[in-house]
Amino acid sequence: MYKYDQYDQSIVDARVAEFRDQVARRMSGELTEDQFKPLRLMNGLYLQLHAYMLRVAVPYGTLDSRQMHMLAHIARKYDKGYGHFTTRQNIQYNWIELKDAGDILADLATVEMHAIQTSGNCIRNTTSDQYAGAAADEVADPRPWAELLRQWSTFHPEFTYLPRKFKVAIIASDEDRAAMRLHDIGLQLTKNDAGETGFKVYVGGGMGRTPMVAPLIREFLPAADYLSYLEACLRVYNRYGRRDNIYKARIKILVHEIGADEYRRQVEEEFLHVKTLGIDPPAEEFERINAFFASPAWERGLSDDLDLSDPDFKLWVDQNVFAHKAPGYAIATISLKPIGGIPGDASADQIDLMADLAEAYSFDELRVTHSQNIVLPHVKKADLYALWQKLEGAGLATANLDLISDIIACPGLDYCSLANARSIPVAQKISARFADREQDLGELKLKISGCINACGHHHAGHIGILGVDRKGTENYQLSLGGSGAEDASLGKITGPGFDEDGVVDAIERTLDRYVEVREEGERFLDTYRRVGFETFKEAIYG
Amino acid sequence: MVEGLRYRDDAAHEEPAVTLDAFLDQSNATAVRLESDEDARKLLPFLDRLALIEVAFPAFRDGRGYSAGRILREAGYTGELRAAGDVLVDQILPMRRCGFDAFAPDKPLDPAAVERALGRYSNVYQKAADGRAPAWKLRHG
Repeated sequence: MYKYDQYDQSIVDARVAEFRDQVARRMSGELTEDQFKPLRLMNGLYLQLHAYMLRVAVPYGTLDSRQMHMLAHIARKYDKGYGHFTTRQNIQYNWIELKDAGDILADLATVEMHAIQTSGNCIRNTTSDQYAGAAADEVADPRPWAELLRQWSTFHPEFTYLPRKFKVAIIASDEDRAAMRLHDIGLQLTKNDAGETGFKVYVGGGMGRTPMVAPLIREFLPAADYLSYLEACLRVYNRYGRRDNIYKARIKILVHEIGADEYRRQVEEEFLHVKTLGIDPPAEEFERINAFFASPAWERGLSDDLDLSDPDFKLWVDQNVFAHKAPGYAIATISLKPIGGIPGDASADQIDLMADLAEAYSFDELRVTHSQNIVLPHVKKADLYALWQKLEGAGLATANLDLISDIIACPGLDYCSLANARSIPVAQKISARFADREQDLGELKLKISGCINACGHHHAGHIGILGVDRKGTENYQLSLGGSGAEDASLGKITGPGFDEDGVVDAIERTLDRYVEVREEGERFLDTYRRVGFETFKEAIYG
Repeated sequence: MVEGLRYRDDAAHEEPAVTLDAFLDQSNATAVRLESDEDARKLLPFLDRLALIEVAFPAFRDGRGYSAGRILREAGYTGELRAAGDVLVDQILPMRRCGFDAFAPDKPLDPAAVERALGRYSNVYQKAADGRAPAWKLRHG
C-alpha cells in the first residue's frame, strides 16, 4: 500500500488548516453559504436533508486496518455509530456537525486520509478494480497508476472549476469489475505487441439523466505520456464543455455533441503541445510508487484444498470467494447487504471487526467495492473457515455476492436533498422478498437510484429501478438489460412506473418469466439479451 | 480590504483593455480583455506587444479562465495577466499557479486572508505556470 512521505503529509495537513479557516469564515458570516458551498463541496461536505454529510476519500478503494479503525472512530465520535460505503469506493457519514468537520479531517490526516475532492466540479477520487493486486487475470496492478493520478489531480490548479464533476476509473483486466466505461474517463492498463505498458483510453461515459457508454478515444497510450494526455483531455473539456446547463455539462455531452472523432482530434492537438511542458514525472517516480504495491510475502507450498463439509460455509465460499493469483490464497468479499438491511451501511463495531480481520488474515489490507461491499484481498485458504465464523458472528457473512439481494442503492430520500424517492425501503423489500430463491436466480445485479442523477447506477443494472416524483407521490420506473461490466450496456425502461410494492411485484413477474424461458446456465442478463425486451414487458404488464 | 492585487514589480499598465474583437481589428492596442468564452490562442501571434491581458471570470464557478491563463504563459507571455470579476480569496492560489499575477475582484478582498491562502501549501503536486517544483521533482531532483 502507498505510504505518505513528507510532501504528501504536508499537503494533507495544509488542507486541514485551510478548511478550518474556511469553516471559521463561514461560521463568522464572512462567507455566504453560496460562497462557502463550492469550498465545502471540494472537501466532501454536503448539506443534506437533516444534517451535513461528509464523504471521506478511500483512494482506489484500498485501505489498511489502521485507516479502517479510524473510520470506525469517526462513526462513533462524530456520527451516530455507523457509516455508509458508497459506489465511489468511499465512505460517507450522514450526521455530521459543521463545527466538527475540521477535527474529523485532522483525525483522518493522522492516518494518511482526507476528504479532498470527494465532491465539487473537480477530478474526483479515482476508482479501480477491488481485486487489484490479487486477481489472476490482471496485466499488472492498476493502483500505482491510480496513485499517480491521485497526486496529479489533487488541487490541480487548472481543473478546480470544471463544468461539472469528473470521475476516472482504472482497470487492468479484460473483465471489468469497476464499470470503467461508465466514467468520464476509463483507462484499461494493457500491453502492446512489443510488450510495452500503456492504456486504452475511453472518454465520455457516465450515468445521470443522459447515460452513455464511453467510446474509445486512444487505442494505446504509452505509459510515459499518461499525465500529459490526461491533461490534454481535461483541458479540452474545461475550455469547451457546456456551462449553460448543469444537465449538459458532463464531458459525455461534449464528446457526444462534437463526436468522438472530433474530440479525439482536439485532444491529440492539445496533447502535442502539452507534451512539451514536462509535466510527466520521470519513470523513477512511477517506480517509487509501484514499490509500495509489491505483492505481500506469500507463503509458498500452500494447499488449495478446502474442507467444505459445513454447508453454510460452502455456500459462502461458492458465492463470496474469488480466485487469487497466489496458490493457497483466495479473495473474500464481506457482504454489506444483509437480507432486509441497508445496502452499504456498517456499524462502528463491524468496521472495527473488519479491520481486525484484515490484520489477522489479509496482510492488513481491505478494499471497498463499487457495489458497496468490503473485500479482504489476500486470505489464506486455510484461514477461510475461521474468518467466515467470525464474520458470521457479526452479521457479516451473508452469502449473496452478485445475487439479487446484493443491491446497489443510493441513500435516497431518507438522507439526500436531491432525491425524489426513497431507495432504502425498496431495497429492503426486494431483498426480503427474493432471498429464498436467489441462489436459483443466479447472478443478478439490481441497482436502485432515488433520482435521475443515478448515484445508484440503475442504468447499469441487469434490473434497474429509478425513483421519481409523480404528482407528489413516489413512483418507481423499472428498466432491464443494463450492465456495468465489460459487456457494458444501458437498461431500457419497461413502461409506466409503479408504487413501492408494485415495483417489487413487477420484479417478481420478471423473474418468473426468466425462470420459465431461461436455458441451462443462462444468467438473467443473457436470457434478456437472447429473448428480448417484449417477452418481459408482456410478463410485467400482461 | 483591497480592490486590486498585483504581484509584479513593473509599473501598472495604464491603457484600458479593449475587447478581443477590437484588438484583432486594430493593430496597435497593448491591452486586451478576454471574455470567458473567447479563445486565448487567438492572441498568441501578438503576445510580444501586449502588456496587459485581462481575463474575465463572470462567476467563480466558471473555470475557463484558468486554462486561458496557462495557455498564455505556456506560449511565453510575460506581461501582466489579470483575473477580473468574481474572484474570491480561495481562488487566488490556483489562479497564481495558472500564471495570473494581478487581480481585480468585484468585491474587495481581505489582504491578510489572501496572504494566508497563498502561503498555506508549501508543496504542490503538479508542474503548472508558476515555476513551482512539483513533489516528484523534489523527490528525484
